[in-house]
Amino acid sequence: MTIPRLPVGDVFAEIVDYLRVTWNGLFAVIRNTIEFLVSWTERGISFMPFWVFAIIIALIAYKRSGKGLAIFSLLGILFIQTLDLWAATQSTLALIVTATAIALAFGVPLGILSAKIKPVNTVLRPILDLMQTMPAFVYLIPAVLFFRIGAVPAVISTIIFSMPPVIRLTDLGIRQVPAELIEAGEAFGSLWHQMLFKIQLPLAMPTIMAGINQCIMLSLSMVVIASMIGAGGLGSVVLTGVQGLRVGMAFEGGLAVVVIAIILDRLTQGKTSKNASKI
Amino acid sequence: MSKLVVRNLYKVFGFNPKLGVRLIKEGKGKDEILKETGMTVGMSDVNFEVHEGETFVIMGLSGSGKSTVIRCLNRLIKPTAGQVILDGQELTSMKKRQLIGVRRTAMSMVFQNFALLPNRTVLANTEYGLEVQKISPAKRKAKALEALALVGLEGYEDSYPDQLSGGMKQRVGLARALANDPEVLLMDEAFSALDPLIRSDMQDELIDLQHKMKKTIIFITHDLDEAIKLGDRIMLMKDGKVIQIGKPEEILANPADEYVERFVQSVDRSGLLTAADIMSKPWTTANINKNPLVALSECKKYGLENILVTKEGRILCGAVSASALQQAVHEGKPTLHGITKEDEVERIAPDTNIKQIIESTLQSSVPVAVVDDTGKLMGVIIKSSILRTMIPGRGNGHDDT
Ligand SMILES: Nc1ncnc2c1ncn2[C@@H]1O[C@H](COP(=O)(O)OP(=O)(O)O)[C@@H](O)[C@H]1O
Ligand SMILES: [Mg+2]
Repeated sequence: MTIPRLPVGDVFAEIVDYLRVTWNGLFAVIRNTIEFLVSWTERGISFMPFWVFAIIIALIAYKRSGKGLAIFSLLGILFIQTLDLWAATQSTLALIVTATAIALAFGVPLGILSAKIKPVNTVLRPILDLMQTMPAFVYLIPAVLFFRIGAVPAVISTIIFSMPPVIRLTDLGIRQVPAELIEAGEAFGSLWHQMLFKIQLPLAMPTIMAGINQCIMLSLSMVVIASMIGAGGLGSVVLTGVQGLRVGMAFEGGLAVVVIAIILDRLTQGKTSKNASKI
Repeated sequence: MSKLVVRNLYKVFGFNPKLGVRLIKEGKGKDEILKETGMTVGMSDVNFEVHEGETFVIMGLSGSGKSTVIRCLNRLIKPTAGQVILDGQELTSMKKRQLIGVRRTAMSMVFQNFALLPNRTVLANTEYGLEVQKISPAKRKAKALEALALVGLEGYEDSYPDQLSGGMKQRVGLARALANDPEVLLMDEAFSALDPLIRSDMQDELIDLQHKMKKTIIFITHDLDEAIKLGDRIMLMKDGKVIQIGKPEEILANPADEYVERFVQSVDRSGLLTAADIMSKPWTTANINKNPLVALSECKKYGLENILVTKEGRILCGAVSASALQQAVHEGKPTLHGITKEDEVERIAPDTNIKQIIESTLQSSVPVAVVDDTGKLMGVIIKSSILRTMIPGRGNGHDDT
């Protein structure tokens, strides 16, 4: 006796088709918004010559972390320019900035809700577990199904992939605020939003910053992977290199990704380590 | 009139607090209820009144329900049953908005582990209670600076809490509470986390402040020594129940049961101590050559019925009563000569055994003066200095370890 094959794939395809038709308007809005954000971010970056951009980054690096990172950023961006990869880097940065901004805009409030309302936490937790255990490229499939190929599905899958740590660490940071401080806030007659903005968020800030840092790093890795669905940028340099067996090109693209990763990572964790050493 | 009245207050922690209260009323004990239902009795049938301007100390071992009681007063904890009435207004049935109003203006709290915000400066911490009321930045800064000056923290406005010692942190905690100018101060083991010496200093300072400010203070401690030093009246708690309420001397003299007795257990150590061991600095004295108005204002400031009068070199002349000063001001007398009563004050040498002076100290409203053989005022002995010597395991007035 043969066990009948369950039509899981067919049903899934049906559902996707159904959604695509009925929610057509919504998808169009999302698509247009993201396209708009990515293109304007990219224009904003490419508006200035690479050396202006490099100096700005170096100044921020100096402020947040110190001389070392400032010099590294300056040399790193110069290095990318000499490899002729500055244009590709711009597209990658635009994707990262857009995806991270959206991930934070949803992730931080969700984290707050999750910390303050127990049912939200109960619902979110298994979803977040799922999101984080799924292999990265799995997100590419639904994104492509709903948004075809290009920058938009790349940003969408990047958001989904990079948002869990923001939610988790915002939630954690708020929960970690000592009970006595919450009591003090209440004893002095704080309203709920005063409690949130004057006590909980400031005290959770170092933890939230760690979440933002992770979010950016995950965005970068995902944006590279998303070159498979036509995201462009450094990822597609690597991809073209690998597919065409041009080892040198792939290696150069990879190096540029590493340089960007180091700069972004140090920039977003600079503050906390600096404060820690001051105490 | 009583400032604060607490009537039949119960708190049970657990899945069905009302059931817990019913079980208590049926006569079940804390342990029984915990074993049968898994619920914890925080406090049961607590009744007391606190008078305006009084320092009311709640004392008991850890877990006896002190924190639960004080947190019901500003409703950080919602009692399961019973009433809390502040100035005739019932807090237990208040709406959230109204309650927030009470917390902002009528009651402030000082916490055991200071509860300062680490990301704010001393000044910004002190301003917190005013900031949530949306008081203008200039005004709240002025008020906060005033409060910081009161607790002796001028010059530390821009420090961060983790740059301060424990004693200074708690001064910030106290300043934050005072900045709101509340009528009632709630202090939950406010000095328990401090080193003994610093702790003793803070107690002295609280007494000083209280003489100036006349707040109503609810002070929690697990230390009888502290309770007697600070309390106008003391309430003893055990297993969530009130065991005894009374003036320190009443509790020392007539412990309500063996639990209180164990706390008090007076080995009479007073036989060993001399006046010099237990004397303290007088809060204030008056100079005999100054105008009565000056002395009168000092009396008012510290709430004294009598003030000690000295002349050059701190030689003791006698004492004068506030009413005599009033009279003198009225008659336009230029100095205290003539109204100072030389024999109103009992004078003793520093090496006098304190057994001889217990009676007179406890009865008189004029402190006993400790003078050396030239007649110079060394210190005074007041009721609380005597009472503290009766506590077992405690040394004298200077050694607080
Ligand atoms: N949130 C709570 N949940 C459960 N039990 C509590 C809670 N808070 C206090 N209790 C219990 O209530 C009793 C009184 O505690 P508490 O008022 O903190 O005592 P104290 O301040 O005198 O040490 C203790 O048995 C304690 O375990
Ligand atoms: Mg306690």
